[in-house]
Amino acid sequence: MDVFGSFALLLALVCAVYALVGGIAAIRTRHPLLVKSARQAGLATCGLIFLATASLVYLFFSDSFWVAYVVAHSNRDLSTFYKIAALWSGQEGSLLFWSFLLAVYVFSVLLAYRNKNGELMPYVGVVLAGVQIFFLTLNNFVASPFKVLGAPAAGGAFDVFTRADGNGLNPLLQYPEMVIHPPNLYSGYTGFTIPFAFALAALLARYPGEKWIHLTRKWTMIAWCFQTVGILLGAHWAYAVLGWGGYWGWDPVENASLLPWLTGTAFLHSVMMQEKRGMMKVWNVWLVFSTFMLCILGTLLTRSGVVSSVHAFAQSSIGNWFVGFLAVVLLVCLAAYVKNRDYLKSENQLDSMVSRESSFLFNNLILLVSCIAVLSGTLFPVFSEWLSGSRISVGAPFFNKVNIPIGLLLLFLTGVGPLLAWRKTSTDSLKRNFGWPLMFALAAGLVAFAAGLREFYSLVCLMLCLFVAATISMEFFRGAKVIRARSGTSLLASAVELTTRNTRRYGGYIVHMGMVLIFVGLAGAAFNRDAQKEMQLGSTLKIGPYTLLLQSVDSKPEKNYTSERMVVEVMRGGNKPLMMLYPERRFFQTNEQSGTMVAIYSTLREDLYVVYAGQSPDNQLPVIHAYLNPLVKWIWLGGVVVVLGTIVTLLPNRRAVLALSAAPKAAPVPAALAQPLTPSVTLREGHD
Amino acid sequence: MRKWGNFVQKRAKFAVGISVIVGALGFLAWLGYGESKTYYHTIAELPTLQGAARTHRLRVGGTVSPGSIRRLSGRVDFVLEGEGKSIPVSYVGSDPLPDTFVDKSQALVEGSLARNGSFVAEHVQAKCASKYEAAPGSGAPPASGEKPAGSAQRSTM
Repeated sequence: MDVFGSFALLLALVCAVYALVGGIAAIRTRHPLLVKSARQAGLATCGLIFLATASLVYLFFSDSFWVAYVVAHSNRDLSTFYKIAALWSGQEGSLLFWSFLLAVYVFSVLLAYRNKNGELMPYVGVVLAGVQIFFLTLNNFVASPFKVLGAPAAGGAFDVFTRADGNGLNPLLQYPEMVIHPPNLYSGYTGFTIPFAFALAALLARYPGEKWIHLTRKWTMIAWCFQTVGILLGAHWAYAVLGWGGYWGWDPVENASLLPWLTGTAFLHSVMMQEKRGMMKVWNVWLVFSTFMLCILGTLLTRSGVVSSVHAFAQSSIGNWFVGFLAVVLLVCLAAYVKNRDYLKSENQLDSMVSRESSFLFNNLILLVSCIAVLSGTLFPVFSEWLSGSRISVGAPFFNKVNIPIGLLLLFLTGVGPLLAWRKTSTDSLKRNFGWPLMFALAAGLVAFAAGLREFYSLVCLMLCLFVAATISMEFFRGAKVIRARSGTSLLASAVELTTRNTRRYGGYIVHMGMVLIFVGLAGAAFNRDAQKEMQLGSTLKIGPYTLLLQSVDSKPEKNYTSERMVVEVMRGGNKPLMMLYPERRFFQTNEQSGTMVAIYSTLREDLYVVYAGQSPDNQLPVIHAYLNPLVKWIWLGGVVVVLGTIVTLLPNRRAVLALSAAPKAAPVPAALAQPLTPSVTLREGHD
Repeated sequence: MRKWGNFVQKRAKFAVGISVIVGALGFLAWLGYGESKTYYHTIAELPTLQGAARTHRLRVGGTVSPGSIRRLSGRVDFVLEGEGKSIPVSYVGSDPLPDTFVDKSQALVEGSLARNGSFVAEHVQAKCASKYEAAPGSGAPPASGEKPAGSAQRSTM
């Protein structure tokens, strides 16, 4: 099976090279058969990558301990669930997995648009094949997951060794989130290849209009959604497994996942300027180019250990390959831009400070500043070593100082932007849209201040969250009221109806609402508390309203580890028993590592987070470390809302279906007939 | 002509808005940089540091000298070796040391130099040398490693 897998990978590389070369030839000659054969080579590449991935999965499930990668990341006792996760738990497998996910996207794109956009698709195919060639080169020659254990024997033969058992999976990775976090994040990373390929293709082909934006909107949304979920799952994993009481430590790899998210979010917003007003064309093209390059950089940071981090593997030559690839991508993008930059001429100018355009402009500006700050902070050790010879790192204070104000500004724009009109907004509409929410937020701020909330950023964040939530709710309420007046259904049913009529706009509002919830959760971090104590049996630790009582410490062997856990009784308000918590430490025999299992009692108000922190050096007593983290649950809830909102934006508009079915009857004046079906609210100033 | 003036005026407004935002954020970044910059050094470089460089926050990597770990009340003393040199370290942080912190493990300490030339560490990360893929070159943990589960390090947020 290992031979089958590596052969499939080699053949995939051959096919990808054909798809690239044949594609270029097809563009030159415009021969339809050549176009078709290049496309089919692209499809074949994907099919072969699927086969190679399947054979690696098979090797894991058949406990093939002669394959180096299987030995390093699995053992016989490993459960089925984690044998799948073992696929992407190391260098070689992750890179194959990258190719696999990319192949899923490429396959869908090539298949979905096989008979459409004939002018554009050959270019897209060529760009995609180019990216695939890079990853397949790594899969084949630099980090092959199919290497077998063995040594050359006499007579040119090769003796294969088979080990009795594998080394097992890193215990830190044996956690459910670790099974779904990497696929999500990687789906985000790879997904941005699609808008990148279309943007570059449109530029190379001088493809007229904004068609590439319409074509890629859904792909971008999907990639963005995966990335958001991936980042949040990673944060949740860090929170629940690493046991330091937080979810975000500005670790290089965390930052690496955030960077393309920032530019990707900027891109999602600024393409609307191009769609509606024909502006920001150069900007958009470069945003999507940068997003793709940051995805590659993210993979580089994760895989090469350029900067030390939780995830970084031993420093290896693989970094040079990535740097080389980044250089090639940058050169190709620059060349395409220089050659065809006249094609990207803007059709309009900015009119007013208080307009939808300028809100997008500022949104983009601060997302980009944030991206640059995070990027330079992450790479600071590398750059400072080049420039001054000493390696200097910057820590959390640097990142927080810049990004907290940026987050709040963004939150403000989230509330304001969608309600501003294109071109210029009248004072009247400002009053109508923002009067009540502003008063509401200010009043709430005053109440909170009176109640003793003095933390500046948290206070501002609370007010902004309420402001944004109020503007969004008002939007739903107004729209739903109009529908209710006509149809007589309940307000809730009218709101659902409203959403299905303009999924893009109202789905967007739902995503914004999810971001508000996430910000509520982040604001709680200012009030985190923790306490640590050496515990004798029967002694207690007080934190906030909770009292922790250590009842016993026990130890029991499990399938592939020994668990040592504390039995802690939690009491609230003095001595009212509430529940039991079992913070745990696991010792894995196969690789002599240990892992922490944090016990969390989570409510909407706060998380009680209890860690068995090891034994005290002085007297060998077990140490308990308890954290009280307010509002953390809101972050995860917000994530769920963001996903739901994104799904809504991907649904087709019901209005469009109605308009289409109505169109044939009234061909000469479709607009007039469509009008009554359109809720009047969508025609108002400032909406689309 | 008036139209052109209008255009310039609009441009100027945006330019002012943008530079205020970027300037303010740049200033914050500079503050954060000053507050959190940490210099990476090897053990051999420490005695050669002069003047202001001695007062910086430092991060040093090395191997825990076998038999040197002494657990005292309130602190843990040990000796860190690397490149043929060694330095005494006092760990004064509040978190328990990670399980991976044993004789001969690779450790990464963050803190500052004391007057007597010893190192006062607030954070210690450690990893068991044999269990991870080896980094090329003589052990420089900062560049190579996986942060172990129980590292005694905490970040804000």
